[in-house]
Amino acid sequence: MSKVSMTVNGKAVSGDVKGNTLLVEFLREDLRLTGTHVGCDTSQCGACTIHVNGKSAKACTMFAAEADGADITTVEGMANADGSLSVIQQAFQDHHGLQCGFCTPGMVMTAAALLKENPKPTEAEVRHYLEGNICRCTGYHNIVKAIMAASGQDVSAIAAE
Amino acid sequence: MPKDQGIGASTKRREDVRFLTGTGNYTDDINLHGQLYVHFLRSDVAHGKINSVDTSAASAMDGVVRIFTGADFEGIGGLPCGWQVTDRHGEPMKEPAHPVLAQGKVRHVGDPIAAVVAESVQAARDAAEAIEVDIEELPAAVDMKEAVKDGAPLVHDDIGTNLCYDWGFVEENKAATDEAFANAAHVTTLELKNNRLVANPMEPRVAVGDYNRANDESTLYTTSQNPHVIRLLMGAFVLGIPEHKLRVVAPDVGGGFGTKIFHYAEEAFCTFAARQLARPVKWTSTRSEAFMSDAHGRDHVTKIELALDADNNFTALRTETYANMGAYLSTFAPSVPTWLHGTLMAGNYKTPLIYVNVKAVFTNTVPVDAYRGAGRPEATFQIERVIDKAARELNVDPIALRRQNFITEFPYATPVAVEYDTGDYNATMNTLEEIADLSGFAARRAESEKRGMLRGLGVNCYIEACGIAPSNLVGQLGARAGLYESATVRVNATGGITVMTGSHSHGQGHETAFPQVISEMIGIPEEMVEIKHGDTANTPMGMGTYGSRSLAVGGSAMVRAAEKVINKAKKIAAHLLEAAEADIELKDGTFSVAGTDKSVAWGDVTLAAYVPHNYPLEDIEPGLEETAFYDPSNFTYPSGAYCCEVEVDPDTGKVTIESFAAADDFGNIVNPMIVSGQVHGGIAQGIGQALLENCAYDENGQLLSASYMDYAMPRASDVPFYQVDHSNGTPCTHNPLGVKGCGEAGAIGTPPAVINAIVDALRSGGHDHVYHIDMPASPSRVWAAMQK
Ligand code: FES
Ligand code: FES
Repeated sequence: MSKVSMTVNGKAVSGDVKGNTLLVEFLREDLRLTGTHVGCDTSQCGACTIHVNGKSAKACTMFAAEADGADITTVEGMANADGSLSVIQQAFQDHHGLQCGFCTPGMVMTAAALLKENPKPTEAEVRHYLEGNICRCTGYHNIVKAIMAASGQDVSAIAAE
Repeated sequence: MPKDQGIGASTKRREDVRFLTGTGNYTDDINLHGQLYVHFLRSDVAHGKINSVDTSAASAMDGVVRIFTGADFEGIGGLPCGWQVTDRHGEPMKEPAHPVLAQGKVRHVGDPIAAVVAESVQAARDAAEAIEVDIEELPAAVDMKEAVKDGAPLVHDDIGTNLCYDWGFVEENKAATDEAFANAAHVTTLELKNNRLVANPMEPRVAVGDYNRANDESTLYTTSQNPHVIRLLMGAFVLGIPEHKLRVVAPDVGGGFGTKIFHYAEEAFCTFAARQLARPVKWTSTRSEAFMSDAHGRDHVTKIELALDADNNFTALRTETYANMGAYLSTFAPSVPTWLHGTLMAGNYKTPLIYVNVKAVFTNTVPVDAYRGAGRPEATFQIERVIDKAARELNVDPIALRRQNFITEFPYATPVAVEYDTGDYNATMNTLEEIADLSGFAARRAESEKRGMLRGLGVNCYIEACGIAPSNLVGQLGARAGLYESATVRVNATGGITVMTGSHSHGQGHETAFPQVISEMIGIPEEMVEIKHGDTANTPMGMGTYGSRSLAVGGSAMVRAAEKVINKAKKIAAHLLEAAEADIELKDGTFSVAGTDKSVAWGDVTLAAYVPHNYPLEDIEPGLEETAFYDPSNFTYPSGAYCCEVEVDPDTGKVTIESFAAADDFGNIVNPMIVSGQVHGGIAQGIGQALLENCAYDENGQLLSASYMDYAMPRASDVPFYQVDHSNGTPCTHNPLGVKGCGEAGAIGTPPAVINAIVDALRSGGHDHVYHIDMPASPSRVWAAMQK
């Protein structure tokens, strides 16, 4: 067991972890931040995507100990200060970018990372950036549309309801 | 003006807020006080005799509470099968035992041998590695056609064959069908495979068993599409717990697609172990475990023949299918290749004679059961591929050949025992031609060719039977369950409404769409209606969500219950308004007396129901709460036409989906936004099946595709934006909402469109010998097809 301390969604937290405790386990089991999901065991699905020091990372692929001292954001930290949905979250709701919601936290975190790097991505750029995030429900149509809408682009011409 | 409330409005989903903020409550988010963890030791061989399982060293390890093996389940029921098929000769199907933990033999990679319950996941896993298992590996039955030959290794020795059933449908039509083939002007024959798939909802399965000694009650939290069905099957058939002592909760569920319908060993185990140990027991599947323990889908091998007369009218259709059951019969497995497949073989066409033969085969593979569409994608793929081949052989336009043979008059009784109530196949085809811009295809092909690419266009139709199903009918067909749905509409004193439904939402948006219906009926805002589902403790006995049945069956139950509520509320209003009940009208949340300005608001009536001071107590009871069970009188028959355009790189065989369009007839639509989303998801799964996904075994029964490294899931860049249209709804004639169901259409209609398009592309490149490509149409397969 070793002690780790980090900032999660703006709050200082600490805990005792084993050397092989994954960051996603620490978040879900120790901190009870269950918004970050686990969809696979081969770093392929992106359901566990969070931000570590401002960059998107797969929380199933990092040990908790590696995040010692890091600044972490999870989906629980994405809403506006007043609790209302952020622009990206709101766009996902407005454009029906989620169904069962299981991939959604990872999608939101990946979308936020994309828009930080590339504020006006093309459709192809959005699709390419989502390579590491699998959604089984939406067929991606409305996820791509929501992300483009969140970037301020006019998506009204994108296929029909 | 689009509506912003009620039926037809694209109301934004209320459930999204919790999912977008990480505050959903999925089963793995549940942790109970004192909880233990189970890890299953699973077979790594496809077939073997268990000589011994020695748990002594493992049991002594740190944190281990108890290790269970098959011996602990002797005398306890096995996992039941919910559907009995009768074969061509009137004999019942072979129904082998399915123990919770393997007894005597292991029969597929992933078959659970032992279950280690420990204080932590890690401790359970470590101890499982220390269990000493002596298994004598046996030759495995893997290929279906080999498995039914004499001398093949037997999956179940006691039943003496790997043939579960040999089903003929309609047996009485066989001779006439054969005769029509003998007299045909043209016969098109096609052999094809419907590839084995893994449903892969993004949330892996989870089960948490709990036991309360104080009142002898068990609770199971599980990732299920139908908690009441699990309660019945597990309580009555496996563990012998009466239903009133058993609660099953399926909270937020992260997708199902069929694979979370079935009752699984892990659910029974966690409930059982929690009782034995008097502590909660939790199991969370890893993805790798999901690949070897979730029921798989499809896996049919078929020969289909289509007979045509000299004018290209279809005169008969004949098929022979081998359908994989895997090693055990999963809950509804026998129904999929039979009643969910054979009954759909007429498709959208007036073929007068049809004979379907299905041989269901046991193999040493994971059990196979319903996956999105279940039987109907297999039927559609066969029909639409053989028609496409016929058009090419006869050198006629594939769309014209379809139109010529469309059913155009309804109701229409097919030769395969179902009656289509409504539809307009020409209307959806017309819309498809428009939204897919078929007239512009030649120019697009020319442009692709300029870049050295082959471009192909594939069009097909589909029909499906949804809104499952009339109980008396399915009872005759072998179902060991009724297929009604239930709802309780509870009006609260201040006018708000709680609807308890037996349907279950795992992505479909019931919490949003169901209130739209109530809002429309009563004229109150949707926000005044809340939906409860997924907990047997507070919902009436219902059959759950699959087969695109939620709105058609569950929604109908809710309508019936709401009608009862409205009728009673009218009685109360009549009393308050001192008018005759027959004169009371309800509109926009207000009861009024026809032809007068006398009225009373919804909320005043509901309050009177619970504070019955001025109330006709001699005539009616206080309170305002009604339950209805709705049993449909027929299936519903959504239909549509789909179009796919592909580009094929002639150098590599790589296929790119350039565009995809779907024109569907779902009857009436409650929430167009949600309906489109359902179609999008189905299309992506269909593209996945056609181009990417394949669950593969080697000849020894080793599972080759057991992770996302080996099983190719469609990703965002594998698919385009889709054009979808559902403006051609012909309302269902026999349910109160006129709805048909939309959940499976995309997965049913898409695969043939993709393959038709690839064949078209290759033929345009001069590869005239190409009539078919098996799914998934990987670059290597497509490239190989071009080389002949
Ligand atoms: S859980 Fe981290 S990538 Fe799948
Ligand atoms: S919304 Fe269900 S997996 Fe994406």
